[in-house]
Amino acid sequence: MQLYLPIADIPINVFLILAMGAAVGFVSGMFGIGGGFLLTPLLIFIGIAPAVAVASVSTHIAASSLSGAMSYWRKRSIDPMLALVLLSGSIVGTFLGVWLFTLLRSHGQLDLVIALSYVVLLTGVGGAMCYEGLRAIRRARRGGNPTLRRPGAHTWVHGLPLKMRFKRSKIYLSVIPVNIIGFMIGFLGAVMGIGGSFILIPVLIYVLRIPTSTVIGTSMALTLVSMMFATILHAVTNHQVDAVLALILMIGGVTGAQFGVQAGHRIRSEHLRLLLGLLILAVGVRFAVELGIKPDEIYTIRATGGSA
Amino acid sequence: MSCLRRIGATLLALVACAAVGVISARAEKLIVSISNHRVTVTSSYSGEELVLFGSVERDAATPARHGGYDMVVTVTGPRGDMVTRRKDRRFGIWVNADSRQFLNVPAYLAVSSNRPIDTIAPADVRRRQQLGIDNVLLTQRVGIDYADVVATDPFRRAFVRLRSEHGLYRESASGVTFLTPTLFRAGIALPAEVPTGTYDVNIKLFADGAMVGDTQTAFEIVKVGFEQFIATAANQHGLVYGLATALMALITGWMASIVFRRD
Repeated sequence: MQLYLPIADIPINVFLILAMGAAVGFVSGMFGIGGGFLLTPLLIFIGIAPAVAVASVSTHIAASSLSGAMSYWRKRSIDPMLALVLLSGSIVGTFLGVWLFTLLRSHGQLDLVIALSYVVLLTGVGGAMCYEGLRAIRRARRGGNPTLRRPGAHTWVHGLPLKMRFKRSKIYLSVIPVNIIGFMIGFLGAVMGIGGSFILIPVLIYVLRIPTSTVIGTSMALTLVSMMFATILHAVTNHQVDAVLALILMIGGVTGAQFGVQAGHRIRSEHLRLLLGLLILAVGVRFAVELGIKPDEIYTIRATGGSA
Repeated sequence: MSCLRRIGATLLALVACAAVGVISARAEKLIVSISNHRVTVTSSYSGEELVLFGSVERDAATPARHGGYDMVVTVTGPRGDMVTRRKDRRFGIWVNADSRQFLNVPAYLAVSSNRPIDTIAPADVRRRQQLGIDNVLLTQRVGIDYADVVATDPFRRAFVRLRSEHGLYRESASGVTFLTPTLFRAGIALPAEVPTGTYDVNIKLFADGAMVGDTQTAFEIVKVGFEQFIATAANQHGLVYGLATALMALITGWMASIVFRRD
């Protein structure tokens, strides 16, 4: 069934988009991530302009993280204070990200920056997760107890001033690193069209030593608010949010996510982490290869408006 | 300066033509009609094929054309500025390095004729009448200069090739069919990606390598109904549109959590 998208200005196959939304939703439900880093490249691949893809995917992530965030809220595993402090940094980051996005788009370097950020972030995070997952699996094979560092262990991060108490996470922490992390996630989300939870979750766990029980729910709450914000900003500044595309993606995504969550329960957690690491790494490597080899088509055209 | 001279030359030519026309009404008249003057883009739009019909009107004073008629139909879509960028290897990766801005160029360009254009008219006529994609004016900004470069310019060729790959620039030497020596039809293929706006159709009639008549018509492509509503909202009421889209996301996510609730 062909449907003409009003903003992307091309006809697409509804079932293809639904299937893509469902597949990415499955993965995101399984691993507890937004899945933007998979969906945005897929949309670009089927011919949707990068700007439209990034803007519309942020709407889709907002929807998929709401249903997740609501179930975590009922289980009381969202720390509202932590989310709020992360958010204050994230909003500033989102503003700056959307501004940079607009600037790069007019200079023709948006695609390069998106590709480069994907390479750096995905190969880095994916590589680290693979390494960590492999070590955990080897430890489990040897039968020894997993020697996880104690959650209460302190690093230099915990020596910073402006401390405050995050009750639900049972942690006493400076707001400075929390704010900076929020800023980074908001910035990356706006520029790359990703929720950033696959970066946020490891940082919260390994750097800030926040208990895993509140990390995933809080990260979802943050993703929800920052992606809603990104949607509105993209709509105001770039006029590139395709509501029809976003709606189709959402319907596929929230359905796929339900099956993904069930599948995720059946896989052991260290295998899950290794799988996710491999997935992230693969996407990163694909972008790296694409930058390195000579493209089939070295010319591109973009309308710049002007006299119509 | 050269532009002024060109306008001057055109004016002179027009005056000369008019004078000739008054003295002996010898040129042919073209009567044309398009199958649809208003193409509507709805949610099921996936391109459209228009048909142009017409006939060559002759009167007693029109001289006999033994070689028969030739016709070139040029359809130009809405104009806008476009940038063509070329990737180059820098520090081991491929990045956009060089670019040219094309000013006020048509988003859609289709040239149809009844036989190859180079057999219809000699090179100077083709150039003057902008017959064929290679002869259509595509102004580039090169630094501070404005110029149309030669047809073999790599940026111009890449531009035309990329537009052609999407079916937005097309040239067909069999697009015009003469049903009788004076009755003709031409197909205008519009791919799904065509932009909305006004499309000009230029019909030029040739006999023995010289232009003997021409006429213009137009059609428009417009988004209607839901498509128009969304596009207008997104472009003119960005904030309201953004808020509405965000709200839609919330409702979808909320509904999903109700539908799939298991606890």
